[in-house]
Amino acid sequence: MSFISKPKVTHEGREVNALGHTRSDYDGAMSTLCAGCGHDSVTAAMTRAFFELSISPHRAVKISGIGCSSKTTAYFLGQSHGNNTVHGRMPSIATGSQAANGDLHCIGISGDGDTLSIGLGQFAHAIRRNLNMLYVIENNGVYGLTKGQFSASAAMGAMPKKGEANMQIPIDPVKMGLALGATFIARSFSGDKAQLVPLIKAGLSHKGFALIDVLSPCVTFNDHEDSTMSYAYAYQNLQPAAEADFIDPEREEIVADYIEGEVVPVTLHDGSKITLKKADEGYNPRDRGKAFDYVMRHQEDGQIVTGLLYVDENLPDMHEGNKTIGTPLVDLPFEDLCPGSNALAGLQERYR
Amino acid sequence: MPAAKSRLNDFVLKVANVNGTGSASANGLLMKAFFRMGIPVVGKNFFPSNIQGMPTWYEIRITKKGYKARTGTIDIMVAMNAETYDDDIKEVGPGGYLVYDSTWPRQKTLSRSDITIIGIPLAAMCNESFSNPRVRILMKNMAYVGAIAALVDIDMTVIRELIEQIFAGKPALVPANIQAIDLGYDYAKANFACPLPLKVKTLNKTKGHIMIDGNTAAGLGCVYAGATVGAWYPITPSTSLMDAFKAFCSRYRVDKKTGEKRFSIIQAEDELASAGMVLGAGWTGARAFTCTSGPGISLMSELVGLAYYAEIPMVLFDIQRVGPSTGMPTRTQQGDIQLCAYASHGDTRHVLLFPADPEECFDQAVAAFDLSERLQTPIFVVSDLDIGMNDWMCKDLKWDDSYRPDRGKVLNDEELAKIEKFYRYLDVDGDGIPYRTLPGSNPKGVYFSRGAGHNRYGGRTEVGDEYQDVMDRLMVKWRTAAKLVPPPLIRRAREKTRLAILSVGSCDGAVREALDNLGRQGAMIDYMRVRAFPFSEKVESFLSDHDRIFVVEQNRDAQLKGLIEIETRVEKNKLTSILQYDGLPMDSRVIEQAIGEILAKEAAA
Repeated sequence: MSFISKPKVTHEGREVNALGHTRSDYDGAMSTLCAGCGHDSVTAAMTRAFFELSISPHRAVKISGIGCSSKTTAYFLGQSHGNNTVHGRMPSIATGSQAANGDLHCIGISGDGDTLSIGLGQFAHAIRRNLNMLYVIENNGVYGLTKGQFSASAAMGAMPKKGEANMQIPIDPVKMGLALGATFIARSFSGDKAQLVPLIKAGLSHKGFALIDVLSPCVTFNDHEDSTMSYAYAYQNLQPAAEADFIDPEREEIVADYIEGEVVPVTLHDGSKITLKKADEGYNPRDRGKAFDYVMRHQEDGQIVTGLLYVDENLPDMHEGNKTIGTPLVDLPFEDLCPGSNALAGLQERYR
Repeated sequence: MPAAKSRLNDFVLKVANVNGTGSASANGLLMKAFFRMGIPVVGKNFFPSNIQGMPTWYEIRITKKGYKARTGTIDIMVAMNAETYDDDIKEVGPGGYLVYDSTWPRQKTLSRSDITIIGIPLAAMCNESFSNPRVRILMKNMAYVGAIAALVDIDMTVIRELIEQIFAGKPALVPANIQAIDLGYDYAKANFACPLPLKVKTLNKTKGHIMIDGNTAAGLGCVYAGATVGAWYPITPSTSLMDAFKAFCSRYRVDKKTGEKRFSIIQAEDELASAGMVLGAGWTGARAFTCTSGPGISLMSELVGLAYYAEIPMVLFDIQRVGPSTGMPTRTQQGDIQLCAYASHGDTRHVLLFPADPEECFDQAVAAFDLSERLQTPIFVVSDLDIGMNDWMCKDLKWDDSYRPDRGKVLNDEELAKIEKFYRYLDVDGDGIPYRTLPGSNPKGVYFSRGAGHNRYGGRTEVGDEYQDVMDRLMVKWRTAAKLVPPPLIRRAREKTRLAILSVGSCDGAVREALDNLGRQGAMIDYMRVRAFPFSEKVESFLSDHDRIFVVEQNRDAQLKGLIEIETRVEKNKLTSILQYDGLPMDSRVIEQAIGEILAKEAAA
């Protein structure tokens, strides 16, 4: 059996969260990815974020497609239902799951192949519905499981380990998200846990579609000297635009003395707050057009803009837009769904 | 000209028109009038894949015996479309009638020595009476309704009553419509010997019946079954199923005070997505469904394979139309039988239900959700355009208030608390069906679902034995399915016989009529209509009890016959195909002629 369960390690005196859970209660199975893979760092960040938010693991569902990134749903939250589905279709399965039970935290893990090639259509339409989910792209510019072909996020002119440069225009999920109207858009780097964990927490608390594009280098196929998605390249070219500090109202005191112009406070649907600290003074995460311009200009200089790049916490999500009842549909009693024999008899008078 | 034989409550009327002119409501009115007079009717709409300006036909069979199929001949043709005059006149049977708009000089081609031509200046009369050009077009249709009413002796009080009910929301329109009907009625009365020898008279044969199309009945069935999530991508001829679900949900499942909905309908970006949504909702515990047609099934096959292997309930309505590819979207066929049976790559096989009329669409919609949850697998309700979009006279739909959904083997929180450890794919009681849990329930029931190879405990595997173990258990489940699906319906001939017809779905009406006619000629033939796949033991024994079996279906490749050959123990040489695949609803003559010829040839040999 190639399915390896991770030994549960608990240490006396280890930190526990509000539910009394330890960090390891949020672990999953042992990763089978390559040593040093960026994805494992994202997995660790997911574990940390859920632990810190004190979410009961069984109240979350993890859904993914196919690829190295999609495998990682098995590597965190071992006490959550997970569904590793088919290539590029995670968004539709997440949509159905949320339609059935909007009370569950829905996490979709995807990759650049899964989202930007085969799944581009479903990705766009999940944004269009403002589906209430956290959508994480573990982006490394290559197909790993099929041995290193470029993906749609590879930069123009990027060199593979062997062979010719990529000469196709890259698809950038952040710019797509901005253009399509996503309500929470962030970019981060798998090597920057300090930035990534608060972003995941904020994304989980956002009611609507929260997109986090994580540059997550592939150590086997895309970490060489000429790569534009390697660890070395990332460390040299990251450009933080707006850092998010996530504040959980139940655990932390909210400090209200923001410095005008430097900090943007955002109150999320569940009462938690994010303070957006502008790393770059000219940045405005409330202005979709300017955010697009900022990301694009820095890309032209080879820089990767990170942070919470855009947020609009007020647009209705799918259920609000549809006016679905607050009780999850799966919990409605049959009596509330079936009109019964009298109604049927009355209805049929119209068909005579 | 042959003398017209007098025929009471037994003839076929067809209206040739241009689509987008409002003829559908006029034709619906005509059909309802016969129905309200207590006379059984069959209505078939032949419409183009177009919005306005193309030829369209509506065929109404008035049948005192209550037959369900077409006859293949036309007795009265109302030719309202000059473009199709040539074809329309050819279709009229000898001794029949052709009614046309005599506002303009009659074309030379519009004559035949063996039929009677009736000219009524419909446009001229409407132009004189109504000023608005659009109204004139609409009223022309009402005027032919009036003329037909006079010619075949429809009860005018029934027509007036219907008009008042149709326009109950807009009573101002009633007088104009009545006026137009009177124009046609009065002209026919004044100029022709009314009624014709083909006429109607009040009967009492429609009591306890309704006129409904299969898609409406199926949509209603989904509401009654407690379905809460419907995901779909618009495609003819399935669209009206989700429209019906939405309309009934709006009526029965919207909170009057808050406007909150107890359902979620999602118009997906394509059929891949709609199948994914149904799968996601089913996995999470909702009763979820999609409706589509052949092209949609092609796309959905990917997700159907996942649902089969990961054992997730799904309900899919396939309202078949003419393929391959885009084919003829507004014509009917049974061309998806094998596609649905084995949809997706690898060893997959799916439970199919085959309704034959709207009543069965309603019942099988409910059964489909029960079966999909009991068996944890996709269920296809394989209907077609003829059933789905035409109005059928069928028995009143019945509902048993004691019905509760069969959710199958779902472990709830208390049950989970009692067990030591939960394994998702373990067959604990030998029926091939494992237990499942729903996301969000007791943490003990957590599992990881995957389309990748897995073992009986739910763990990922690439070990051959472990993989095969699960695949074999799925076949145990398949055999359980054969015991749970609706059994075939069998009609025995008066005398014991080794001769039989086997058929499916919307062929039923034509088969039954053909059996009556052949029976009168002395042919003793049994009949079995399969209502589901996998085939049960009852199907096997019927096949072994007969030596000669005609398999009647609506596709070129004899797909049902092929499925029977692969999936039962039948000897191939027992089976003979009778096929109609021109896109029109099957008529009984096709079957009568084919069987008559074969039997005559064999008798002569």
